[in-house]
Amino acid sequence: MNNLFFLLQKEFRQIFRNPTILRMILLMPIIQLIVIPLAADYEIKQISISVVDQDHSPYARKLVQKLTASGYFQLVEYTQSYAQATQTVGDGKTDLILTIPPHFERDLIKLNKGQLYLAADAVNGVRAGLGTAYASQMIGDFNREIREEWMLLPKFNEIPQIEITSANWFNQHFDYHLFMVPGIMAILVTMVGAFLTALNIVAEKEVGTIEQINVTPLKKHEFILGKLIPFWVLGMVSITLGMLIAFVVFSILPVGSYLTVYAFSAVYLLGVLGIGLLISTFADTQQQATLFAFFCMMVFILLGGLYTPIESMPDWAQWLTKANPPAYFIKVIRAVYIKGSTFSDLLPDFFAMVGFAILFNGLAVLNYRKRSA
Amino acid sequence: MPQPVIYTHQLTRKFGDFVAVDAITFDVQPGEIFGFLGANGAGKTTAMRILCGLLSPTSGQATVAGFDVYRQNEEIKKQIGYMSQKFSLYENLTVRENIQFFGGIYGLSRQELKDKTNVLIDRLGLHNEADKLVGALPLGWKQKISFSVAILHRPKIVFLDEPTGGVDPITRRQFWDMIYEAAHDGITVFVTTHYMDEAEYCDRVSIMVDGAIAALDTPAGLKKQFNATNMDGVFLQLARGAKRGD
Repeated sequence: MNNLFFLLQKEFRQIFRNPTILRMILLMPIIQLIVIPLAADYEIKQISISVVDQDHSPYARKLVQKLTASGYFQLVEYTQSYAQATQTVGDGKTDLILTIPPHFERDLIKLNKGQLYLAADAVNGVRAGLGTAYASQMIGDFNREIREEWMLLPKFNEIPQIEITSANWFNQHFDYHLFMVPGIMAILVTMVGAFLTALNIVAEKEVGTIEQINVTPLKKHEFILGKLIPFWVLGMVSITLGMLIAFVVFSILPVGSYLTVYAFSAVYLLGVLGIGLLISTFADTQQQATLFAFFCMMVFILLGGLYTPIESMPDWAQWLTKANPPAYFIKVIRAVYIKGSTFSDLLPDFFAMVGFAILFNGLAVLNYRKRSA
Repeated sequence: MPQPVIYTHQLTRKFGDFVAVDAITFDVQPGEIFGFLGANGAGKTTAMRILCGLLSPTSGQATVAGFDVYRQNEEIKKQIGYMSQKFSLYENLTVRENIQFFGGIYGLSRQELKDKTNVLIDRLGLHNEADKLVGALPLGWKQKISFSVAILHRPKIVFLDEPTGGVDPITRRQFWDMIYEAAHDGITVFVTTHYMDEAEYCDRVSIMVDGAIAALDTPAGLKKQFNATNMDGVFLQLARGAKRGD
């Protein structure tokens, strides 16, 4: 225990003397939490649309007007030639082509049937999908409007119509920040926990001080605890900072309890510290550790459900996310923040995190050698 | 004859096909200053790392302070001090903090630490530098502090890997005074060096060539054996035949 005291004293002295680490811990949450939720937004506006109008009828014009008046579409081209519109797509200047074929209005009135074609530039799948969906919905509206207009004349009986009224639970206004901020907090804790630890230990390898430690009678577990405890504390500081920023900048407070957030953070951090420790046992240089950390981070974020919902991933990817610790923490912290889930609601996730903590730290301890083979 | 503090028999270390240390056999007596010479790449550091418990041997036997290097390497660590080729105190801690830290993990009590730190700072004349970061000090001072830290816990043996590399002649002289003092206090000194004048200060010297020990005797004995006027002559004759090196 005495040894642990000396190790911790040394580690904290070094941390407070290292402006880079302090800056990372203080600035990273601030920048990430303020910039990313404001910049990355799912809601897509300003979809560029080309209209190929080969009909030139009042109905055609009325439809185009309806689309542009919605605010979602920006008319970049109004032409007769489909080829020209394709060219514009090729140039990347338009996202959607709406083709109104000749005799659209005539067919609509005479045959009760009109045809329209919608083509989307699917290089950006989300934009294409949402653009097509918005446009289809508006054309549907347009369709109903003209039907009602015609029906009015001979006073038919009411046409049956299903109207959907939806309520958005937990996040009534689809506030994107409410979704992103807790998720980013989870990623922050991961970075501080895993990568600062890994880089710190690997730096000692590079400088050679770890050899001086390895030649002392210091026990393996003492050394490891001496490294884990300080970064655990830093991780808790960074989650606290994150919560503070969430409140001050975005007025986001957890619906659930702070205690639940802290309890999960505490256990989750143990797991990611284990990951950091494990990285440090096989990386010999900070460069290796950084590259590996970078790779991990991509997996953590993309398979963690930060941007894309896990439920809409293919089955095999959903299985992979079960082995991805941040996926649990992102889910938990969102649940506590947005839904107000309690500790007992999230018990399975808690056990999963305890499992990760045991697994990664166990592997790291097994893999840490005071003597090279 | 007393029990040797370091004993090796056919000690070998291979890295794949490369035999870094090739069946070396020697022993070091208590209180001796034992010079471990050899060209770059001859295998000195590898041998030293095995004896310090930092690297597992491939075959052969060795004991340090009576403990077996295979099974009791953590016991060995309580008995030795080590100063590596790379400067390995914490550059972003002060002199005092480094002494406290390393003394602390060797199990010195707080009172002992306090006393020893003061004595050491007195002896090294570092009153003005005691609370400066080690990284800001000149190399010669760093090396002296490193050595003092390595023997702070009064080990039986201290291993020094090129302790005076890149240090000026005056500081080198002072460094060797410190080594003599430690030896006088009963600490066995195991030292590698590239300076042949330093080899003359040793009680006995071994010269490694391509992983094997090519010669082992007192400096006077070696000079006689190789018919040389100084250690430089001895070393050149032996090292010229070396196939490895950089």
